[in-house]
Amino acid sequence: MKPFAYVRADSVEEATDAFAAHPGARYLGGGTNLVDLMKLGVETPTALVDVTRLPLDVVEELPDGALRVGATVRNSDLAAHPAVRDRYPALSQALLAGASGQLRNAATTGGNLLQRTRCPYFQDLSKPCNKREPGTGCGALEGVHRDHAVLGHSEQCVATHPSDMAVALAALDARVELHGPEGARSVPVADFHRLPGMHPERDTEIHPGELITGVVLPAATAGLPSAYRKARDRASYAFALASVAAVLHLKDGVVDRAGIAFGALAHRPWRARRAEDALVGAAPTTAAFEHAVDLELAAAEPLRDNAYKVPLARRLALDVLGRLAPPATT
Amino acid sequence: MDTRSAQPHGPSRKVIDAMDSQHEGTAPASPPRSDTTLRVNGKPHTLTVDHRRVLLDLLREDLGLAGAKKGCDHGQCGACTVLVDGRRANSCLLFAVALDGCEITTVEGLAGDGEELHPVQRAFLERDAFQCGYCTPGQICSAIGALAEAAAGHPSHVTDPRTPSGEPVPLDREEIRERLSGNICRCGAYPRIADAVEDVIS
Repeated sequence: MKPFAYVRADSVEEATDAFAAHPGARYLGGGTNLVDLMKLGVETPTALVDVTRLPLDVVEELPDGALRVGATVRNSDLAAHPAVRDRYPALSQALLAGASGQLRNAATTGGNLLQRTRCPYFQDLSKPCNKREPGTGCGALEGVHRDHAVLGHSEQCVATHPSDMAVALAALDARVELHGPEGARSVPVADFHRLPGMHPERDTEIHPGELITGVVLPAATAGLPSAYRKARDRASYAFALASVAAVLHLKDGVVDRAGIAFGALAHRPWRARRAEDALVGAAPTTAAFEHAVDLELAAAEPLRDNAYKVPLARRLALDVLGRLAPPATT
Repeated sequence: MDTRSAQPHGPSRKVIDAMDSQHEGTAPASPPRSDTTLRVNGKPHTLTVDHRRVLLDLLREDLGLAGAKKGCDHGQCGACTVLVDGRRANSCLLFAVALDGCEITTVEGLAGDGEELHPVQRAFLERDAFQCGYCTPGQICSAIGALAEAAAGHPSHVTDPRTPSGEPVPLDREEIRERLSGNICRCGAYPRIADAVEDVIS
């Protein structure tokens, strides 16, 4: 591992200043992904700006009924928080479906959003990877890609985003709060991660030097029925092969609001807007759910060895939507 | 107080040169270090640590506490599990410098002042919950962390979502297996590990 300077920041301003003062710096949260990538030689920061002691480890209710989650709140604490369990069950379920107890105790909300793909070509310096080293090619495109993307991928990159948490946040219309040299801004989680296109080296829309300070869950999805379901190779402690988060609100016997996002199918949590549009105004029947999900997954372009993901994701989505709708209506 | 210098395994000349160009230190420059104080099993230690030192290596190589094991060194096997401020964590993924002021408990610190073993240690012995034993210190620390999490009302992937928030979560066998899934046992001693943890609960 290459040597690096270490700076412990006590305030957001101190953190962004330290980042600016050290070209090649990285923010250090729980380190569950960054430290691993440093050991692998994939990440070679010149300095780590430790943000884990910033006063951002709080979950607070906002006056409008929204819930703000500080960036350094640990995944285990967020999953157990009563307001999250009661009002945004999909988020708690997604967090608990990810990683292990030890890793969830370390991983932070901000770091979870910024974790890198687990594509084995990205993690192996001896292999080509346009995300790690632009212009070297994509080893997975014609290589081992059973776990890779079926939606929104490009010739340059077929990697998926590994987060469970981000999938639930995208479905729940959460926003990411950012603080950087140009001030503060916020971005919907569903738009925060990018599709690879010609620039797979850029995972997200974050600007250089910007720090995630928190995530806001809106009042609009608070208390609505929501759920997360994940399929994986073993029963626990494995990344998703496919997953789905959904939130559903019915009014007068029809779908009034639907938020659906798929995980492990694309370079970002895949917000299923077509399916949602098809559902709003429709009665929540099995036929309506099938029609909506099929509309969304019609865009899938599986690779040689991962076509199984499309029917898998379809069944997961139909199961979750069916459970969120009252049994009498399906 | 135990004060000593934690030397990394000899940085190469190339690395030192690289540091010279990045920092204004005069030759021979050494990799960046910082004084770090940790309380390990109740005893304070102040060490000058290379920033690259992870907690696992500090415990094993600088403090001679070889209980926590290096399995995968990438947070995938759980053999390095220790308690940091009472919470279980993979010590292979924690830079020691970032833990300044933290309280670390390793398997060596679980027994009381006397010879009395921790109840989880005793249960592992009574149930013969291991074969080679390499993963055992991590399994035991992880089980202790998991029991504390359940007592504090932390749900797991298999907890019924209707379980009331904030109340202790009762642990059946399925809960134990899910909560310990971050600890791999390549001998496959899982049934007896779950037996041992069940014994402690009942």
